[in-house]
Amino acid sequence: MTTDVLAPTTTARATALSVEDVSVRLGGRTVLDHVGFSLKAGEFTGLIGSNGAGKTTLFKVILGVQPVTSGRITVAGGQRSDRDIGYVPQKFLLDPDMPLRGRDLIALGLDGQKLGVPLPSRTRRARVEEMVEAVDAREFADARVGRLSGGEQQRILIAHALISRPKLLLLDEPLANLDLHAAQDVVGLLSRIASEQRIAVLISAHEMNPLLPVMDRIVYLAAGRAATGTVDEVVRSEVLSKLYGHHVDVLRVHGRVIVVAGTGHDEHAADDIVDDGPGAVEIV
Amino acid sequence: MVAAIFEPGFFSSSSVQLAAAVGAIVAIVTGCVGVFTVIRGQSFAGEALGDVGAAGGSSAYLAGVAPLWGFMAVAVAAAGVMELIGIQRTRGRDLATGIVLGAGFGLAALFLYLGTTYDNTTGATVTVLFGSIFALNTSILPLVAAFGALATGMILLLYRPLLLASVSPELASARRLPVRLIGGLYLLAMALAVALSAVTIGAILSTALLVGPAATALHLTRRPGRAILTAGLIGVGAMWLGILLAYDSYDWPPLHHGWPVSFFVVTIVLLAYIASRAIPARTRQT
Repeated sequence: MTTDVLAPTTTARATALSVEDVSVRLGGRTVLDHVGFSLKAGEFTGLIGSNGAGKTTLFKVILGVQPVTSGRITVAGGQRSDRDIGYVPQKFLLDPDMPLRGRDLIALGLDGQKLGVPLPSRTRRARVEEMVEAVDAREFADARVGRLSGGEQQRILIAHALISRPKLLLLDEPLANLDLHAAQDVVGLLSRIASEQRIAVLISAHEMNPLLPVMDRIVYLAAGRAATGTVDEVVRSEVLSKLYGHHVDVLRVHGRVIVVAGTGHDEHAADDIVDDGPGAVEIV
Repeated sequence: MVAAIFEPGFFSSSSVQLAAAVGAIVAIVTGCVGVFTVIRGQSFAGEALGDVGAAGGSSAYLAGVAPLWGFMAVAVAAAGVMELIGIQRTRGRDLATGIVLGAGFGLAALFLYLGTTYDNTTGATVTVLFGSIFALNTSILPLVAAFGALATGMILLLYRPLLLASVSPELASARRLPVRLIGGLYLLAMALAVALSAVTIGAILSTALLVGPAATALHLTRRPGRAILTAGLIGVGAMWLGILLAYDSYDWPPLHHGWPVSFFVVTIVLLAYIASRAIPARTRQT
């Protein structure tokens, strides 16, 4: 059959997530305004925007926790099951005395939704062990989760999200509380997983620079609106100026990107970008 | 030596046998439920469910039925009210608990007052508030076993979703688990466990058995399943040792009339907790 030749290509390019013209209004405020983009299997995509740009709301509608006001979201071509999305939430604070090892939390990713007490199973243990290896968590998988460092907890949570073999992995600000070194480790790990396991990874961040080396695509959110494409296509003065609704400059310095507000008349919006805007870097 | 520890008649006493059986069942149930109470940070809610149970226990006395029914009915009703007020919202938690606690104590004051006035005895007050495991009627055993099986069965059935929802409601709802329903069912199981605990060591002290062994177990093991087993074992140990000491205390000063079992049980639970804190928490070793 003619499809034989095309088959590998089509599976590799399978659409993992399609967001079509999605709007969300909450209490009279438009949080997402006709946002549209799609992710393909194996792609690493950064969802970049400042605080309040709508990143968390976008995750909630993809997860189905928050209904859309209009538009459509399709996960894995439409035959959505609960296991198609792996999710790593933003804040994860556990009591240090919580009687839960890293590997117990990973195992809950496999069958946490099932009723009854888990019975000892060789395949279950092997799957958990496989994920422990995949995220390099061997050294701390037997320690209490609440006592692990931020980077270690991220790895356990990523394994928890991946063990059910989802088609799409969502991570809400996973680098927010990590030091530079730990952040680089997590980014490297995620990039490897995306290409090895053919999973679409969507990672939100208010600072794009740590993601620049690995991002295949970028979804740039500002005031509920999105621009999408490759970094070179999106992170340009004219595109972002249109998105923000006033002039912004994009500077590239030593392989880093800095987005700064120009001297527009909209002082408040300008403040917003300089304060916590994407790519705004402190001068060291 | 053995005779010095076990006073004559200890093993052949039918009240001791009944107390030991009821106490063991209750300790296993509260251990199982209590681990989640501590993980979920709902100790205050557990305390309130026990305290308002005093209104149920005392009204059961007035009505002439077994206090267990009163504890059970009021604890379950109180759990329902807490759920309605909003115990599952972080900000609503203390509020819901506080309102129910105040109202329950008011009713308990009324019923205990009426009870002591009409019966002209303080026995009911002490029994309801502080328990009297030696004075149980044998007919209570099947009831305790049935309610205990119900509460434990709920926890074992909900085990994995409950664990995930207790660790992180966000992770649970991302998996489309009904976090609110799970929380409501858990509150119901906790009401049952607290009512059972109130029968043995009294309404006021009931949370000691719910929270104490569980908090100790959390410190001793890193695995949730083992924590439940450990909490049950500590609870049964405290209960049986308490019963033994109370039995022996009939010879003790000042009254030579026996010390209350509840005092011993609660004290042993506290000592076990302090002892567990003295052991450095096991983190990385097996």
